[in-house]
Amino acid sequence: MSHEIVEKRIGLMGLLIILVVSGGGLAEIVPLFSQVEVTAPVEGMKPLAALELAGRDVFIREGCHVCHTQMVRPLRAETERYGHYSLAGESVWEHPFLWGSKRTGPDLARVGTRYSDDWHRVHLMNPRDVVPESNMPAFPWLAEATLDPGAVGPKMKALRTVGVPYTDDDIVGAAAKVTGKTELDAVIAYLQQLGTILKGKR
Amino acid sequence: MSLSTAPTLQYDYKVVRQFSIMAVVWAVVGMLVGVLLATQLIWPELTYGIPWLSYGRLRPLHTNAVIFAFGGSALFGTSYYVVQRTCATRLFLPGLAALTFWGWQLVIVLAAVTLPLGMTSGKEYAELEWPIDLLIAVVWISYAVVFFGTVARRQARHIYVANWFYGAFILTVALLHVVNSLEIPVSLTKSYSVYPGAIDAMVQWWYGHNAVGFFLTAGFLGMMYYFVPKQAERPVYSYRLSVVHFWALIGIYMWAGPHHLHYTAVPDWAQTLGMVFSIMLWAPSWGGMINGLMTLSGAWEKLRTDPIIRFMVVAISFYGMSTFEGPMMAIKAVNALSHDTDWTIGHVHSGALGWVAMITLGCLYHLIPRLYGKKQMYSVAAINVHFWLSTIGVVLYISSMWIAGVMQGLMWRAVNDDGTLTYTFIEALKATYPYYVGRLLGGVAFLAGAVLMGWNVWKTVAGAQPVSESVPGSAYPVGSANLARPA
Repeated sequence: MSHEIVEKRIGLMGLLIILVVSGGGLAEIVPLFSQVEVTAPVEGMKPLAALELAGRDVFIREGCHVCHTQMVRPLRAETERYGHYSLAGESVWEHPFLWGSKRTGPDLARVGTRYSDDWHRVHLMNPRDVVPESNMPAFPWLAEATLDPGAVGPKMKALRTVGVPYTDDDIVGAAAKVTGKTELDAVIAYLQQLGTILKGKR
Repeated sequence: MSLSTAPTLQYDYKVVRQFSIMAVVWAVVGMLVGVLLATQLIWPELTYGIPWLSYGRLRPLHTNAVIFAFGGSALFGTSYYVVQRTCATRLFLPGLAALTFWGWQLVIVLAAVTLPLGMTSGKEYAELEWPIDLLIAVVWISYAVVFFGTVARRQARHIYVANWFYGAFILTVALLHVVNSLEIPVSLTKSYSVYPGAIDAMVQWWYGHNAVGFFLTAGFLGMMYYFVPKQAERPVYSYRLSVVHFWALIGIYMWAGPHHLHYTAVPDWAQTLGMVFSIMLWAPSWGGMINGLMTLSGAWEKLRTDPIIRFMVVAISFYGMSTFEGPMMAIKAVNALSHDTDWTIGHVHSGALGWVAMITLGCLYHLIPRLYGKKQMYSVAAINVHFWLSTIGVVLYISSMWIAGVMQGLMWRAVNDDGTLTYTFIEALKATYPYYVGRLLGGVAFLAGAVLMGWNVWKTVAGAQPVSESVPGSAYPVGSANLARPA
């Protein structure tokens, strides 16, 4: 077959390009929507509470996921260091996913309850006060920023439209749960619940 | 197709000039942010207490600036130049082309404002929030209309190979951008991805890997297929190879995304598919490398005298090297070691600096004087200095990151006889600091070269008369024998 046929017709070439580049996504993304392993939540999981959700958005805003993964791979040294490997079911209410791609700092998938709130407070204000060799930035502004109580409800509503099972009570009660709290409180609340749903971790 | 086109028509070079100059400006800006980040990793107190200069907010600014501002401007500019000359026709809808210039610059400025403010979708290389995503979509569709409209009214019967690559890049990036950016807005500056967890991860890396495959590869191969034969004054080595590697490349690339998710919670079958296709990708990638390098057959002596050819040859060599390294890292056993380490950063930069930046710099050095009626750049000696700064910079950068990455991978997995871990996480970081210094030095050298280029470009274009060039009235030579020689 002669390539000339394609080379002289831009419409045909464009069409063929679209056909050829569509295969990968159709084969690798579309089936996932019907795969239970990927779409079913781990037993007992609850959507993030108001303060934790606010903290997650601070985590995203500051780009914590740029240096910290939340994905323990099923490799011996990883489960030894971080705990039970991560399951897709733990991420089903994650919009966006925060698995990350680089560990300049350690994985955080199971950091919840590993350190005290006070440790996190000191660490976020100046990491080198507790880990002298750390190159993590300090986030002193988080302690001074008070959360906007009105902001969390609409976030829950938006997440509910994409499948996170927030109830009306969750949404109505969100403002009261975060009133007077700082962004630092919120991030710590978020970190402290990470990965705690899976029992039997090391 | 006719011989009677009015010979007084002029090519639309204004938009090409605008994009070319901005490519140089954004190169300096984007690399400067990169150097700042490299410094922060060594001295984290450097910008203490300044939220908008903190590492987590600036890192996406660096990636967006170098990929979309520098790389994007270069792709827009060169594609508008190449498509006109190889089709022997003016741009279709020049007004719309002007809109793509101002629209794209607006996207970049908005990115430079919103990312340091922490407005981010959180998805790599797709961090910009939904209103900017919409603007990108509008600009991109306009780009497609201008590009394909221009090809459609070409005088030549054949579509030149560079345009296949540019065309595939434009169509595929549109598809990737739209699918990956679907998000539910909460406010003007905040949204959530519509996809849940593992599916979001799969969509993201289908996008992310093909942002590399199409934005950073297919587009720049388009550049290679025009500018390398022009600068070498030799025809493209193999027409047949270009046909085969084009279709294989664009088809296979789209399947390779899951190698970014090896050993994660996406299903094993997807990881395996991703690995298999990543390894297959080696072949069409090297097809492009061979076609680029062999185009210099009979012109190798130019390497001694022409620093632009040097840029191009080293760029294509880095393309070959990083497209070998990529498939290797996509093998699960290798990835178990390399994933999440600085090896990945080294791999990315051997592609981004070694291939993408260096082919672009070579092409811009070819293009800019021609757009301003000059035979060559103000200082050819400065091009040569730039070449060495870039080459030494890349080598220093990637070798530092290779060593650092392999070391991190080995330290993370090391276990004692009793089964306990040998090293704490922080011990691996401590061991990395010297290599972070090596990387910084490499980055500074590369940036210094870009600054030198800025000066050289300034001296070349300041006071120069923008050139206008007539569209040749006669048809572009027809037939595949002549196809390999761009106009």
